[in-house]
Amino acid sequence: MELYKLTAHELIERIDKKETNSEEIIGFLEKRIKDVEFKVKAYVRLSNSCFSNLTHNSQNLTPNTQHLRPILKGIPISIKDNICTEGYNTECCSKILEGFKPPYDATVIRKLKQAGALIFAAKTNMDEFAFGSSTENSCYGPTHNPWDLDAVVGGSSGGSAAAVVSDEAIVALGSDTGGSIRQPASFCGVVGLKPTYGRVSRYGLIAFASSLDQIGPITKDVRDSAILMNVISGYDSFDSTSVNVDVPDYAKSLGMDIKGLKISVPKEYFIEGLDKEVKTIVEEAINKLKDLGANYKSVSLPHTQYAIPVYYIVATAEASSNLARFDGVQYGFRARCAKSNLIDMYKKTRGEGFGQEAKRRIILGAFALSHGYYDAYYLRALKVRTLIKQDFDKVFREFDCVVTPTSPTAAFKIGEKIKDPLKMYLSDIYTISANLAGIPAISIPCGFTKKGLPVGLQILAKPFNEELLFKVAYAYEQNTPWHSMKPKI
Amino acid sequence: MAHLARIDLKPKELEKLSQQLQEILGFIDKLKEVDIKDTAPTSHILPINNVLRDDLPGESLSSDKALENAPERQGNFFGVPKVIE
Repeated sequence: MELYKLTAHELIERIDKKETNSEEIIGFLEKRIKDVEFKVKAYVRLSNSCFSNLTHNSQNLTPNTQHLRPILKGIPISIKDNICTEGYNTECCSKILEGFKPPYDATVIRKLKQAGALIFAAKTNMDEFAFGSSTENSCYGPTHNPWDLDAVVGGSSGGSAAAVVSDEAIVALGSDTGGSIRQPASFCGVVGLKPTYGRVSRYGLIAFASSLDQIGPITKDVRDSAILMNVISGYDSFDSTSVNVDVPDYAKSLGMDIKGLKISVPKEYFIEGLDKEVKTIVEEAINKLKDLGANYKSVSLPHTQYAIPVYYIVATAEASSNLARFDGVQYGFRARCAKSNLIDMYKKTRGEGFGQEAKRRIILGAFALSHGYYDAYYLRALKVRTLIKQDFDKVFREFDCVVTPTSPTAAFKIGEKIKDPLKMYLSDIYTISANLAGIPAISIPCGFTKKGLPVGLQILAKPFNEELLFKVAYAYEQNTPWHSMKPKI
Repeated sequence: MAHLARIDLKPKELEKLSQQLQEILGFIDKLKEVDIKDTAPTSHILPINNVLRDDLPGESLSSDKALENAPERQGNFFGVPKVIE
């Protein structure tokens, strides 16, 4: 049995029955990566020492003590390049952070270690600073979709999604600011969850947009997602935006039936721009939910069309502020300067260190916040954000969840949208609102196009109701074949 | 704007970026359609404010750890070009 094909929960079961151990799992993973990584390029800064490091750490797993709950018992986990891991380079796939070795672990990493997980030293590829929807903006080049090597994997957590579907990772972490977990999950045919804002600590996540970012799991199936959420969720005093709400056992939501579930389907998501094949596949998925006992009704989220402009003001404004720290002073790349003047050092470092998309967003964000434009752009966007949130509040008073396609299309070809930033931004249309409203959302595989590309179904729920997402997602998953289908690489 | 953002742009970059930003701003102008009268802005989605901790000293990074990634270190400081003329 090639152990790399299994999910974390399947491996944990075998470990418990003493049918396998970490070392064996690591061995299989190493072989798999060596076989297919040159085609997929899901990882960055991969080297042989990454594997020996895993093996070494598996041998040093602290024995079970009262305050440690080793739920993840020696399972390797792959991490997106914007989550700080002490001693392992974390560079956001950007030249400006080259060589950065964090002196501390992100809270989610600390929690994963406490649960017995083994952190893989090579990080997964991403759009630089999470700016992108295709993983083409990485300073290392794009990741290739295991379902079609000429297609993108989506972004910005594209490396994580690709690694999970190609079995180069058992489970992975990504981050989601405007869809960066869900959209790659849908393009790669895996499960991706964006938690409620404040559910998972952002401490150690290199910030893009502080009011939108969340870390979340990217997994082969819904059960693995629930297990990871059990480990990474929870209040953290190091993150002032983390919320003190109890973490339920998300695995308890799996297997509950969905009879009588009230689903809303927003009509604004089913208009021109949605690919016809994707539309048909998603409608079939909604009918499947109906077969399983749910009821659905069409609703309106009237401010949907404003989500993208709001996002590209709010997120870029926050990004321009968050990325001000990358100036060559404390870490990363510093430009060699002809003039020895601080401002010139800043300008040259940032000019050479940032990629095109990063520069575009920082400048746009700075503009939106600048004197004379703040009211017209930033303040106005914040008010429309309120209206977007209120649209969801209204729907959730009557319905349990909202169901939509995750993306208007399946994976597009590498190079197809990269030259047109606006076209690229428009592909985020279905995922962005959840970040603006702070609500949790999951993408699960729901079929394939005629060309064999995965399609994702998105389910959204009200804040802190991840339990409902797991309940519905699991019910759908277990009654469909998609989660056991793998690409032939 | 590039100067405000402290980013050096080559002339070709400047040209291309200006054009792209014009297009993006044109699209963003759509927001002018929305009636925002009587709507409060949402800068932060959660109803939590002023999250503070007690002003007590705790563990923090040692100077060595904090300076580990410095492109230029001078003693216990980050070395930088002259700030004051």
